[in-house]
Amino acid sequence: MATRTAAQPAPAETATATPSVGAVREQAENWQAFPDPAGHFGRFGGRFVPEALMAALDELTEAYDQARADEGFVAELDRLLATYAGRPTPLTDAHRLTEQVGGARILLKREDLAHTGSHKINNVLGQCLLARRMGKTRVIAETGAGQHGVATATASALLGLDCVVYMGEEDTRRQALNVARMRLLGAEVVPVASGSRTLKDAINEAMRDWVATVEHTHYCIGSVMGPHPFPMMVRDFQRIIGVEARAQVLERTGRLPDAVVACVGGGSNAMGIFHPFIPDTAVALIGCEAGGDGVATGRHAAAIAGGSAGVLHGMRTFLLQDEFGQTQVSHSISAGLDYPGIGPEHALLHETGRASYRVVDDAAAMAALALVARTEGILVAIESAHAFAGAFDVARELGPDATVLVNCSGRGDKDVDTAARWFGLLDDAGGAAAGAAAGADPRG
Amino acid sequence: MQSRLDERFTAAREEGRSLLVGYLPAGYPTVGGGIAAMRAMVAAGVDVVEVGLPYSDPTLDGPVIQDAADAALRGGVTTTDVLRTVEAVAATGAPVLVMTYWNPIDRYGPARFAADLAAAGGAGAITPDLPPEEAAPWLAASAEHGLDPVFLVAPSSSDARIRLVAGISRGFVYAASLMGVTGTRAAVGTQAADLVARVRTATELPVAVGLGVSTGAQAAEVAGFADGVIVGSALVKVLVDAQRSGAGDAAALDGIGRLAAELAAGVRTPVPASA
Repeated sequence: MATRTAAQPAPAETATATPSVGAVREQAENWQAFPDPAGHFGRFGGRFVPEALMAALDELTEAYDQARADEGFVAELDRLLATYAGRPTPLTDAHRLTEQVGGARILLKREDLAHTGSHKINNVLGQCLLARRMGKTRVIAETGAGQHGVATATASALLGLDCVVYMGEEDTRRQALNVARMRLLGAEVVPVASGSRTLKDAINEAMRDWVATVEHTHYCIGSVMGPHPFPMMVRDFQRIIGVEARAQVLERTGRLPDAVVACVGGGSNAMGIFHPFIPDTAVALIGCEAGGDGVATGRHAAAIAGGSAGVLHGMRTFLLQDEFGQTQVSHSISAGLDYPGIGPEHALLHETGRASYRVVDDAAAMAALALVARTEGILVAIESAHAFAGAFDVARELGPDATVLVNCSGRGDKDVDTAARWFGLLDDAGGAAAGAAAGADPRG
Repeated sequence: MQSRLDERFTAAREEGRSLLVGYLPAGYPTVGGGIAAMRAMVAAGVDVVEVGLPYSDPTLDGPVIQDAADAALRGGVTTTDVLRTVEAVAATGAPVLVMTYWNPIDRYGPARFAADLAAAGGAGAITPDLPPEEAAPWLAASAEHGLDPVFLVAPSSSDARIRLVAGISRGFVYAASLMGVTGTRAAVGTQAADLVARVRTATELPVAVGLGVSTGAQAAEVAGFADGVIVGSALVKVLVDAQRSGAGDAAALDGIGRLAAELAAGVRTPVPASA
């Protein structure tokens, strides 16, 4: 095992230079065998879409291949990431949290500090630049928690694109703040009342829009999911998280982390932080699926732990489905993880054993949210709280000599209402309940 | 060897008309009600029946078919009921195709589904979100059980993709008349005729046009340039409206019969393609 440096912060916490997207890709090319040219990650991925969209996906694949080889495009994206999105995001040593949890040293990759409050901006800036380069004037997006919708509305405002965001009606209620944010940014938000009225139905509606408008519209998918080239392209745009974090951890600790932990819905923040560590086989990659009320209850969103292989939203992957292939409704307190599928590359990482996936239920995630807030002064998104809850277990398993890197993928401002209800912090719910959060235990 | 679809298209050509293909989802409003509606449209002149397999995530369908599929699923319809529907409708003598998103077949098992569909008297299946690149298991299963696999082309399809799709299709090639989801449209666009002409340069197979056709006049117009006219949402809407207004099953079947008869008259009076 490599020598560890003392557990004190390196002097220049944020001095790590942003590696250019082009450099990121060069580094990856030696081992990046997936996907194949047809978009397969092993037996997963592919393109299960109507013929009407095939031409658009071919056009997008070609445009993306050209753009990523174009120095001008790469430089423009790097410039926006640095001067607009706030990259590189810092690496934070979570001293008090580490002490409270009582295990490995916990380091946080602070995507919550990126512009718009989550990692979603990384992908959206890339795709919206690409859309503009392709001559598209309109961008559509699906959103669950609203973070991808807000990011897309933001990039559209910045780049002068029309923006329409599809959002499940159920989610517009639990993420009302983000609906208002998107509208302030000039986007049209369309509540989707079909099906389960959540993220999967918002995706269905966005695909219906796209098939009719593909000539002038780009569908800016927000996660490492959907038909090829989306899982690859979104991963590439999110890789910056892992590239920065890997360099930052090396600089801070003198060695690689023992484990990297991230939450997984579709899985873009996880894929982004995992991908540069895939060749580092000593580094455990751990994804945390949303367990809702618990996998045993059937009310969860854990596609790997509780699902099976099938086809949904243009890709072959693991999904929640019944014996006849009907998609089952997912459940999670986190709107951003409330999705019955998972990106196809995660399916491959799971099947090959390169990454492992755990389940974190609603209660564990909310307890983690409270603990992180009180020990570190960071109010994380409920999505990210799933990663923290998983990381606490990992930290205890690995013990104090180890280092665990957690992707703090988003901030929790949007979740204050949900958290206040969960912990009973609202006056009209009884002022006496205000102690509930303070009493919330860091997972037993 | 000619399939049942081949025979029907040949016979219709000899009569100088197009085939009328009618779509309804299985299990709507009930399994029995769906079967009755499909039989009613065959009795009124529909030549080929598409039995829709209701699916939880119908990304290609507009509101009418979404609503019917959703209601059918809430009513508990399963793939087994779909096969039962195929069997009951095939007994009329009309060729019956299953129209389905891919995952229900994937889950059922392509080989098992093909065997059970053939045993139910089905003629084949239309699989709109199964691209040729992923179709090998389904093509093999279809061939083994004498089923016609039908694939779609769209106005955006390149000539190369049209050749690819036409090359693996059997029975006919399904030409989507426009870029969009299922649903009625005020007019059938010029894209449809252009697309059919492009498909004809790639294959001898009959070409049937779907999406947006809802009236006898539109059917006559499409019959002027296509071998088959496919009608879905307009028929489904008759059932949905009857359910909503509480008109009763008999009235719904009457409505289906009237629209099917209008469409059947349309395909028998093709409007010669202009320009």
